[in-house]
Amino acid sequence: MIGQSPLRTFIAHAVLILGILIVAFPIYYTFVASTHTLQTILRPPLPLLPGGQLWNNYSEALFGGIGRIGGVSVGQLLLNTTVMALGLAVGKIFISILSAYAIVFFRFPLRMTFFWLIFITLMLPVEVRILPTYKVMVDLGMIDTYAGLIIPLIASATATLLFRQFFMTIPGELVEAARVDGAGPWRFFFDILLPLSRTNIAALFVILFIYGWTQYLWPLLVTNSNDMNTIVIALRKMVSFADADTEWHLVMVTAMLAIVPPILVVVLMQRWFVRGLVESEK
Amino acid sequence: MGDSWIAREISLSPRIVFPNKILPYLLVAPQLAITLVFFYWPAGQALYQSMLRQDPFGLRTRFVWFANFRKVLADPAYLNSIHVTVVFSLATAIVAMGVALLLAVMVEKAVRGKGLYRTLLIWPYAVAPAIAGMLWLFLFNPSIGSLAYLLRSLGIAWDPLLNGTHAMILLVSAAAWKQISYNFLFFVAGLQAVPKTLIEAAAMDGAGETKRFWTIVFPLLAPTTFFLLVVNTVYALFDTFGIVHAVTGGGPGKTTETLVYKVYNDGFVNLILGDSAAQSVILMAIVIALTAIQFRYVERKVHYG
Repeated sequence: MIGQSPLRTFIAHAVLILGILIVAFPIYYTFVASTHTLQTILRPPLPLLPGGQLWNNYSEALFGGIGRIGGVSVGQLLLNTTVMALGLAVGKIFISILSAYAIVFFRFPLRMTFFWLIFITLMLPVEVRILPTYKVMVDLGMIDTYAGLIIPLIASATATLLFRQFFMTIPGELVEAARVDGAGPWRFFFDILLPLSRTNIAALFVILFIYGWTQYLWPLLVTNSNDMNTIVIALRKMVSFADADTEWHLVMVTAMLAIVPPILVVVLMQRWFVRGLVESEK
Repeated sequence: MGDSWIAREISLSPRIVFPNKILPYLLVAPQLAITLVFFYWPAGQALYQSMLRQDPFGLRTRFVWFANFRKVLADPAYLNSIHVTVVFSLATAIVAMGVALLLAVMVEKAVRGKGLYRTLLIWPYAVAPAIAGMLWLFLFNPSIGSLAYLLRSLGIAWDPLLNGTHAMILLVSAAAWKQISYNFLFFVAGLQAVPKTLIEAAAMDGAGETKRFWTIVFPLLAPTTFFLLVVNTVYALFDTFGIVHAVTGGGPGKTTETLVYKVYNDGFVNLILGDSAAQSVILMAIVIALTAIQFRYVERKVHYG
């Protein structure tokens, strides 16, 4: 290890603290704004410290305030967003672990064709096929449904590739031993493969939950009714920088509700999150 | 796709497998069905529609081969949008990667508190791009933004709602801010993989810290940097739709209308279907090129271990 002068260590810490201030500031300031009165927010600059309206603003927002300005109750918004994020994470893990299992542990005609068909979807993000995909949704009657929010997004190749990569590291002897012991493919899947994949599943779950929670274009397209909005879309509808009537103190509470759950997931499940991110690398 | 990848695939083929005939089809069926209905069918439709043109009343549709592409690529608004996208993507990638690399290098140096710093630097990853945009606009909008107030009191005529350059700066800041966490984690992983012995050898030869960084560490980080460059470009191209939609709506004028925003706007707001489909196909070509580049990189990484 090379020695390092105390001055350089000090500079490193100073740069990091400055970096953290920049990174955290927008989120911190949103919290500060959510604890002040509307009048204080409308007269910049906003104080750097939280105000005394925490209780008032949050109770007003939670008990009817957000429903009044957003046209739909905050409970419904959080429910929609949670259903979408959870449905997406669970659905994607479910279908991709099955298809990866088939592709790695079975040999059948068209196996590689299927693999390539799945693989190529990496190159077809929803943004490049917006209009026709929307038309499919209309034809199938999936507008304003949870199925419409979730199903079209769960079939991307990333999770399948990750599981495939992991399954290929599992030694063939394990499969052989299972077969000698008389275990069929389902037994092998539930008793051996699934327990071995636990950390991969956890890592993927965190990433996919965040992905689902932060979606924007898709929910914007497939929801017309306010009742089906996710909290991100609802927030967008509440905000108007040109309109003097925006009730910023309530908007800021909504913003906090929209960003705190995924931040908690990332921070509390940090170990799996970092692993999943750096190892799956898309 | 490189040869070694396929070779690996073949070499793994004779592994021990289950002998079922029907089961594997059932296992791939759910993913395949969704893929065909929601990916291939719409993508095929986009290709087909990109060669159709409707009359202004939507009564008749003609097959026009590549006329829509010629029209789109000759349209000054589209060329402007390409320019906007290139500026936006490059600026976002450079800012997000530059800041992240600096922070990652500093975390490596900080002997204590690495874990805490990491925890405090990864939050923005969890913030939706659209919300990141709204938070930055809240801070920097001319009427109630506190930081806009600060800029004005410093004598800067700041107005992202009327000035295109200011709007672009705001979008890049919000987009880059959100991406710092991601890049930071990859740079930290990349830095940890740099052999310490190499750095120590250089130190013994008398190379100073700055020189060690630029001649040893930075070149060894090249694969990570290159990978991140592709990922950040893809992010700036596609995932930032929410930021543009929530913050500027492509304005003022068309100074922040990115390619993806224009596809959406022409298709859903202006209802010019043929043009929108042609734009989709052009975007598809861009993604295919970027993915191919990304996988060439993966090949290289496999090759050099």
